[in-house]
Amino acid sequence: MNSGKLNNSVKILVFSTEKISDPAIDMAGLLKLHYPPTVYTITVPCSSAVKPRWIMHALEQGFDGVFIAADGTDCPYGETCTEKTGKLVQETQDKMKELGMDPARLKMAAICSICSEPFVKHVKSFVETLNGMS
Amino acid sequence: MKQDQSKKSDNIQQAKTSVSPVREDSKVAYKKRIGVYVCHCGGNISDYVDVEKVRQVVENEEGVFLAKTTMFACADSNQKEMVEDIVTQKLDGVVVASCSPKLHLLTFRAVTERAGLNKYNYVHANIREQVSWAHSDNKQGATEKAIRIVRSAIAKVRRSQALEPIKVEAVRTVAVIGAGVAGMKAAVKLAKSGVLVYLIEREFFVGGRVAQWDNLCISDETGKELITRLYDDILSHKNITLFTGAEVVEKSGSIGNFSLKVKITPRYIRMQCNKGELQKAIDVCPVEVPDKFNFNITKRKAIYHNYPGEYPQLPAIDIENCTRCGECEKVCSSIDFNQKPEYLDIRAGSILLATGFDPYEPKKGEFGYGEIDNVVTLPQFKRIVHYCNGDKLQFKGRNIHNIAYIYCVGSRQVNGENKYCSRYCCTSNIYTAIDAKKRFKDINNFHFNRGIRTYGKQEILYDESSRLGDIYLQSFEDNPPEVKVVDGKTVVSINDILTQDKKLEVEADLVVLVTGMVPRKDNSIGNLLKVPRGRDKFFNEIHMKLRPVETVIDGITIAGAGQGPKNIVESMTSALAAATKSFTIVASGELALEPTIAKVSKDDCEWCGKCDDACPYDAFTPKEIDGKTVAVVNKSVCKGCGMCLPVCPSNAIQLTGLSDDEVESMIDALMEN
Repeated sequence: MNSGKLNNSVKILVFSTEKISDPAIDMAGLLKLHYPPTVYTITVPCSSAVKPRWIMHALEQGFDGVFIAADGTDCPYGETCTEKTGKLVQETQDKMKELGMDPARLKMAAICSICSEPFVKHVKSFVETLNGMS
Repeated sequence: MKQDQSKKSDNIQQAKTSVSPVREDSKVAYKKRIGVYVCHCGGNISDYVDVEKVRQVVENEEGVFLAKTTMFACADSNQKEMVEDIVTQKLDGVVVASCSPKLHLLTFRAVTERAGLNKYNYVHANIREQVSWAHSDNKQGATEKAIRIVRSAIAKVRRSQALEPIKVEAVRTVAVIGAGVAGMKAAVKLAKSGVLVYLIEREFFVGGRVAQWDNLCISDETGKELITRLYDDILSHKNITLFTGAEVVEKSGSIGNFSLKVKITPRYIRMQCNKGELQKAIDVCPVEVPDKFNFNITKRKAIYHNYPGEYPQLPAIDIENCTRCGECEKVCSSIDFNQKPEYLDIRAGSILLATGFDPYEPKKGEFGYGEIDNVVTLPQFKRIVHYCNGDKLQFKGRNIHNIAYIYCVGSRQVNGENKYCSRYCCTSNIYTAIDAKKRFKDINNFHFNRGIRTYGKQEILYDESSRLGDIYLQSFEDNPPEVKVVDGKTVVSINDILTQDKKLEVEADLVVLVTGMVPRKDNSIGNLLKVPRGRDKFFNEIHMKLRPVETVIDGITIAGAGQGPKNIVESMTSALAAATKSFTIVASGELALEPTIAKVSKDDCEWCGKCDDACPYDAFTPKEIDGKTVAVVNKSVCKGCGMCLPVCPSNAIQLTGLSDDEVESMIDALMEN
């Protein structure tokens, strides 16, 4: 079993943003939109603040996947957030490839403050993707 | 080293006192003495998470000196107990595992401050929205997740430091969106408090839905009188700037400093105008369209005002329906088709959203609506009553005597979208039915209801209606009344549960569908501001009791029926609450923000300029220190977004409260077995 598997369930670390995607994830709970309980969240101010080393650390420690719930165009810190988040994701995926890791274990999607349903859909499909990996 | 596990108990009181004194010695080596409180939230958490198990597991974590469960962590009694614990046990780190930090982060930070502890030594663990509610289908999984999240919070608080908040300017202006009664009342309240207000109304006239009503329960004041009073208040305040025909089309910034772009749609009529000529222009306009103000039971011209004396007292041209025939220009020199939309940029420290509701529009065929010509909605009926003069109530040229009211149309739907009660409609309908009975001859009212909800003082109306001889017939949701046409007559039938399911029929001259409130169909402003909506699709507050007018978007408050069905009194009350909340945000002109800023290690930094390129605020400058060039952060400019973090090739930048050590220790704690 992959060291990241706990109780045979894939574990996903979500980097979520305090002002934008956190409210959506909270709302998913309020609306009882269920998703696997092995999805954990760490809050950051902006999705473009996520360091590749944090992502690598999570994967090395056993998380099966890392999901960046990006601010998208709603970022309160500026319009360049999406581009910068995309860039750090790309760079991290390149590094993952170099290390022989499947880059699909890192996923990014824009989650706005009212995107509860899209969030749940994204994590569920990510779980399926990760389950499909060896 | 653990306490006697055989004495485990679910009893909360026992759990509260289950500190492990035997671990005292082992704590000495730890830098922090951490207190952990795991909340039941009255069952919201403990129904799905084994909170006692969480407590037992985390009390063995490094640095944890005290671990308790509590029925309501936010309760005054628990807050006092926490203060006492922090003081007497000399705690210097606190974790509360409870609801979303959006709700109670500030509450518990204040607790730590009252105990003399720096509030940034408090860490919040969200085990309700992101655990018990999200995983109510999997109790074991939820409990395991809760344990890991609390461990992660403990890992963070171990590394927490005493910090001071960053002070930033808060623009002492509030943008109030929607000039119905709630928005107008809020604007007046804010202006009286001394802050500037931009009151932004999409329609050309103020007053919203209340302007459409005549006599109002219980004061008998008309909606127009109420609007006039509020409008006069607005005009008397130099602090209020009112925009009509105005819409917010862009928003940027955040709490304390929102930037809004407002589009002002032209009225195509000059402000300084000849009123006599304007009336002639209305008279000659050949275009007639259904009048939305009267719920389409009458027609209006393309140049129009909704009623004489409406505010602002300047008609507008409905340019979408105007044919540009030029007739109005021939008789009125004030018409100006050269007017163009204007765009204004405004700044506000807070936004108060009061955009109201739409009346429920029954589906075609729903109780005969749209198919039988004498079936109308409650708002239409109110306008019919308004427009009828003399002693006869007439509709489409026919005298009305028997009126059948069918309640809860579009509300309390077991199988439909609108599960909620719209609250105002029972009262409004009975009030209008009494009004019709008193004003017109030979009116017989038949109320086909599912239980009357004239709560509070409004019960007086129900009593009066009964004494006037109105007939009440009742059914359940699964067996509603039927509306049919029999021999050219409209017949409403019901299996009346008040007479042991006896089938009763009424030949009705008019059928009134007592429709409720639904969220605005056009949610463009909600989408623009990203204000979440609840299961009922109305704007959602953070907490209906504890933070009833705040949204999860910092700085944006909500008021009135945009938040959910409310009568006028309730809308006014919520408007005052929202105005007060918005006022507290902007009042001092300064906001205390999280002290999250970038810090550069001068030992690790080799100035390359990448942080400067990434920073949207130009917070970095190169500086010579100890013989080498390094990046220096301007603390007054840095917003703590962290965009500089991933671009630094030497990893010389850390964010306060989100250092590598903190993040990686949280990750480790989440993975700990």
